[in-house]
Amino acid sequence: MIEVKDLHKTFGTVKAVDGVSFRARDGEITGLLGPNGAGKTTTLRMLYTLMAPDQGQVLVDNIDAAVDPLSVRRQLGVLPDARGLYKRLTARENIDYFARLHGLPEALLKTRREALIQTLEMADIADRRTEGFSQGQRVKTAIARALIHDPRNVILDEPTNGLDVMATRALRQFMLQLKNEGRCVLFSSHIMQEVAALCDRIVVIAHGRVVADESPQALREQTGENNLEDAFVKIIGSDEGLAA
Amino acid sequence: MKTPAIRSRTFITVFLKEVRENLRDRRTLISALLTGPLLAPLMFVMVLNIALQREFDKADKSLSVPVIGAEYAPNLLNALKAGGVVPGPAIADPEQSVRKQENDVVLRIAPDYATSWRKGEPVQVELIYDSSQRDANTTVERVSNLVEIYARQQGAMRLVARGLSPGTAVPVTVARRDQASAQARGVLMFGMLPYFFVLTIYMGGMYLAIDLTAGERERQSLEPLFANPVPRWKILAGKLAAICAFSTLSLLISLVAFGIVGRFVPVEKLGMELELGPRFSASVLLMSLPLIVLLAALQSMVAAFAKSYREAQTYLSLLLLVPAIPSALLSVFPLKAQDWMYAMPLLGQHFGIMQLLRGDGLSMHQLGLCMGGSAAAALLAVLVTAQLYRSERLAISG
Repeated sequence: MIEVKDLHKTFGTVKAVDGVSFRARDGEITGLLGPNGAGKTTTLRMLYTLMAPDQGQVLVDNIDAAVDPLSVRRQLGVLPDARGLYKRLTARENIDYFARLHGLPEALLKTRREALIQTLEMADIADRRTEGFSQGQRVKTAIARALIHDPRNVILDEPTNGLDVMATRALRQFMLQLKNEGRCVLFSSHIMQEVAALCDRIVVIAHGRVVADESPQALREQTGENNLEDAFVKIIGSDEGLAA
Repeated sequence: MKTPAIRSRTFITVFLKEVRENLRDRRTLISALLTGPLLAPLMFVMVLNIALQREFDKADKSLSVPVIGAEYAPNLLNALKAGGVVPGPAIADPEQSVRKQENDVVLRIAPDYATSWRKGEPVQVELIYDSSQRDANTTVERVSNLVEIYARQQGAMRLVARGLSPGTAVPVTVARRDQASAQARGVLMFGMLPYFFVLTIYMGGMYLAIDLTAGERERQSLEPLFANPVPRWKILAGKLAAICAFSTLSLLISLVAFGIVGRFVPVEKLGMELELGPRFSASVLLMSLPLIVLLAALQSMVAAFAKSYREAQTYLSLLLLVPAIPSALLSVFPLKAQDWMYAMPLLGQHFGIMQLLRGDGLSMHQLGLCMGGSAAAALLAVLVTAQLYRSERLAISG
């Protein structure tokens, strides 16, 4: 479970995150929705302790990120906005590197890696160097790398960015599978359709603040709009930066 | 919670991954294992060989020297011929010819040579040359010496003819006793050798240092890497170790190459000795170890400031000039080594290597100072770099 309490982060004079609180539960998919530049990535970066919040608290499985960042990172599987694969290594080697950094014993590493390669249907590219991978192949490799240590909590920053329709569908299936395994899945997106199709809970962020934190159903009722798209526009106050 | 035994794998994991990845990069490999360590010894040997060959050629070969007024001094010419000079035909404008480098030196004998000689008056012969043509200096020296020897012989014979001892005309003689060992004479030529070694270390690690910090940031892989449950300083330690491994390997290749080519340089013909054997290599390597760490940390530090691979490359190329400073300065302003100088990184290695080349050996005290001083600097650089690695901004690429 991931809990965020009153996060603040300022870069120079820009308030990137200005009092964000929400909770992502186990066995649920929580969507962080907002226009570009709303503060989603910065919020997530504070979650996986890449940045320290100016104010506020992050709890992952009740571990305080400020107190024990290493344990927090151990509970998390992270797909950052920047996929950052090592292009001179093969997909397998990329996965192995992170597995060893997590301290996985070699035997366990092998079983987990092969299971992930099978689930993500990437056996055909597993022994190719990642240089020249398509966007979808890159995301698959990065996800396998992020989940190699079997984390309870999964954070995905704009996971479907740049993917084609087939790859997007496969990824959604995969996220549902993670949820059914009882994991806490938190992902950010600026695409409403995606959030609506997947999420048990939607956290809408605009201008560094949470403007709504509801189930899709409740969101529709709250705004009185039947269509989710209209509901979002009403909440955010403009349709700037939102893609249908 | 993980056991400590598993955690300590971080260092070796990062190290192995960086080494493997960079072994697959052709540019890094060529720079670290080929051009970096081999270019210097090759150039060194070529330049030296050419220089030596020229000297020998001049010393042994017969010299062709145009002589103006050869007919006035047949005896002098015979003496010159005996010394290996082949008198050439007179030329119209000797000054111009020398300046144009058509001839190294021209000998001019005045028409009144014979008259004055017979009267027993001092006579003059002119050597026309251009001292800014360093290439010609050996030739000028040789001709001038031959003339002077001839003059001394004739002078002595005149004294003997008048019943005087030739010694009366030479009340004082100078006897030179050069105390330079055969090795020490060689040092004059090998003053740039320490710089070559430092350069090799630097080049060996440079591309790695760029790739592991600025490169990783540019490829945006630092962010996922830092999301792993390992402290950043351990990641840095693994990366530094990979850089050091490459630069050490580079230095080793260079030392071996110098050891091999050192045998083909005919330094002994110059009365020099050059000891580049295994003992020399081992000492240089030992002295350089802390320097290798220091340079790796400095390169990583600089690369961490850069926003991109290119930028880092530019900075590091400029930084490349720094290790040249001690060697360059010392070849212009020779200094006597003081104790504190051994403790200075770069300077200490310079003096240490020079001392080994001179064949004086290095005392434990000097070696200790050299390694201790550089190690302290290396530690400081590593700590500063580790501090830099903790910054939030380091991981964010865009």
